[in-house]
Amino acid sequence: MGNPCAVIGVGQTEYRAKRTDVSLAGLVREAALRALADAGLTFADIDSVVVGKAPDMFEGVATPELYLADALGAAGKPMMRVHTAGSVGGSTALVAASQVQAGRHDRVLAVAFEKQSESNATWALSTHSPFSASLVVGAGGYFAPYIRAYIRRSGAPANIGMMVAVKDRINALRNPYAHLKIPGIDLELVEKSMMLWDPIRYLETCPSSDGAVAMVLGSERAAAASAAATGGRPAWVHGAAMRSEPMGMAGRDSVDPRAGRDCAADVYRQAGVTEPRRQFAAAEVYVPFSWYEPMWLENLGFADKGAGWKLTESGATAFDGDIPWNPSGGVLSSNPIGASGMIRFAEAAQQVRGQAGEHQVAAAADGSRLALGHAYGGGSQFFAMWAVGAAKP
Amino acid sequence: MTQTSPSITQTSPAMTQTSDDRALHVLEFPGGYTRSTGPVIGRFLTGLRAGRLLGVRTPDGKVLVPPTEYDPRTAAALGAADDDWTEVGPAGTVTTWTWVADPRPDHRLDRPFAWALIRPDGADTALLHAVDAGSKAAMTTGMRVHPTWRAERTGSIKDIACFVPGEGPGEVPALENESELEPVSLVTIPSRLEYRLRPGNIWNHFIDGMARGQIRGTRCTTCGKVYVPPRGACPADGLPATEWVDLPDTGVLTTFAVNNVPAAGAPEVPFISGYVLLDGADIAMLALVSDVPWQDVRMGMRVKGVWVPEAERTRSVKNLRWFAPTGEPDVPFERFEEYV
Repeated sequence: MGNPCAVIGVGQTEYRAKRTDVSLAGLVREAALRALADAGLTFADIDSVVVGKAPDMFEGVATPELYLADALGAAGKPMMRVHTAGSVGGSTALVAASQVQAGRHDRVLAVAFEKQSESNATWALSTHSPFSASLVVGAGGYFAPYIRAYIRRSGAPANIGMMVAVKDRINALRNPYAHLKIPGIDLELVEKSMMLWDPIRYLETCPSSDGAVAMVLGSERAAAASAAATGGRPAWVHGAAMRSEPMGMAGRDSVDPRAGRDCAADVYRQAGVTEPRRQFAAAEVYVPFSWYEPMWLENLGFADKGAGWKLTESGATAFDGDIPWNPSGGVLSSNPIGASGMIRFAEAAQQVRGQAGEHQVAAAADGSRLALGHAYGGGSQFFAMWAVGAAKP
Repeated sequence: MTQTSPSITQTSPAMTQTSDDRALHVLEFPGGYTRSTGPVIGRFLTGLRAGRLLGVRTPDGKVLVPPTEYDPRTAAALGAADDDWTEVGPAGTVTTWTWVADPRPDHRLDRPFAWALIRPDGADTALLHAVDAGSKAAMTTGMRVHPTWRAERTGSIKDIACFVPGEGPGEVPALENESELEPVSLVTIPSRLEYRLRPGNIWNHFIDGMARGQIRGTRCTTCGKVYVPPRGACPADGLPATEWVDLPDTGVLTTFAVNNVPAAGAPEVPFISGYVLLDGADIAMLALVSDVPWQDVRMGMRVKGVWVPEAERTRSVKNLRWFAPTGEPDVPFERFEEYV
């Protein structure tokens, strides 16, 4: 895994439907400055900048990393852009971490963003070539058949998706950065919301958000210096991995993709995790449609195949459960697409740093257990994950 | 599963390429992207609307036109205070240029012109704009130019129609109600990408089949898997497809979505999109399902293709309109679960 790497600074913008007060550059700048302040640093201290965002058609800026160089203090430094569809926030963090793990840099700034209000993601995801027909509308149209297949395969009761939708929105009420705040959210409200892509209801889907997130990843030396300057504690990377697989391959399990299982297995092996439910104190997992919680509970080994929904139903993944999933409110509450994966990684880090504020999971703050950050993208074909902990590995 | 055996045609996959099988592919967000400018770019655009060229000062005294939000050298935020702004030009000096002998339809000038970098007087940087010099011979590096302003100004770099030779300053037509307008904070950026795509040999053979009402797939000679739509190479083995398979237009609906979200180009809602595992195929294909109330659609339903009448068929996948139930008994989930 290379040299130790730590999260020494985290910065998030508030996630909102529209941030018309700032440009794209102003938006990423806001997150970057907050991450630098958290680490006790300035742009001058940064060795390298890694930027991630989702497909270019989302805002119509083809080379955002070039346009954003001024805003991110990248003059004279290496700067690159990462793109792995919806998982890009996670893979951006991992590319940045790899620059530290390789011993190449001491302090790397990783930034991910989306300004969905500048366009329409459903449109951008629904283009098709002149030789094919438009059969799917947006991400929901793509994922709904797989959710239906999961429900059929597992025999899960129909209300499990609604339980996740309620749980994550209640969690969001404790997160000052969250976009959707629905006081009084309950099963009835979710059930009554419009069926968009049967079986996905309106309130079982993620919002469209503007927002950015940034992290400073540092070496042992950088972590010690930041801790001395700020009194804060770092989150250490205990395991990190990416996997991908073709979207359409005969025999591929699109409900429980092998790439996700392999990615988790790699991270767990590095981090010494054999019982994820017991060894993680919290997990921030990319759940853009509510049913993806039980699906990923199985894919990530927190539950046996077919039994993920039982964990959700038992309340184990709730804020006061034994393995809280998405205490921040998750993608269901804030979804600046390109940033959503890195928000999961950053929130996992904040949990083991004891910096999660009102949505701090008590069991994560004492530093004895790990937290999981997860992102997926494309047709459930790109996966990025890390396990972070308070102790240096 | 009980399936009819697919008939195999041992033709070579190298198909004849039709003379011009390119098709227009346009990516254009309807209405254009709505870009928030932020305060700095907004102030520059508001200046253009008023017929003024504004520059922003960096901490080391350089004047940047167009302004940047952050100092490219130090990353310091720029333009926060009124004193950080200065009016420049409007006349300036051409620092370099290139001649456009054949203007394109979307160029602002319909006659030959120069793209030039122009450093306005008082600025330390140059901005890109068109110079209407009449002829290439009239263009020189170092020549003096000034802007001509459009009467209808909206807060855009296009508020300057172009630059023309000479000191100017030229007239700035008054803008009606200008004092009542809000500062520019949001601009609409049209964007259109136009491609001419070729389907490629494999897809060409596929849509040739579709024109005859025949669905064609490819079989991997290593793993034996039958792909439909066909693939140039097997996604699992990476080997080129060498064997074509004619498939029936019957199969089983493995899973589906009921779409209630309307979209341009998509069928009227509610519409069913689902995965149909054709008899003899090893992967389900995405397709529409119709001729059945949406409430009655089931996983495991046996379906058959509904085709556009023969006389109306084109070289397109759209010849296969959708799949409709056959009325046969449903296939048990266990028999097709591995194809979901």
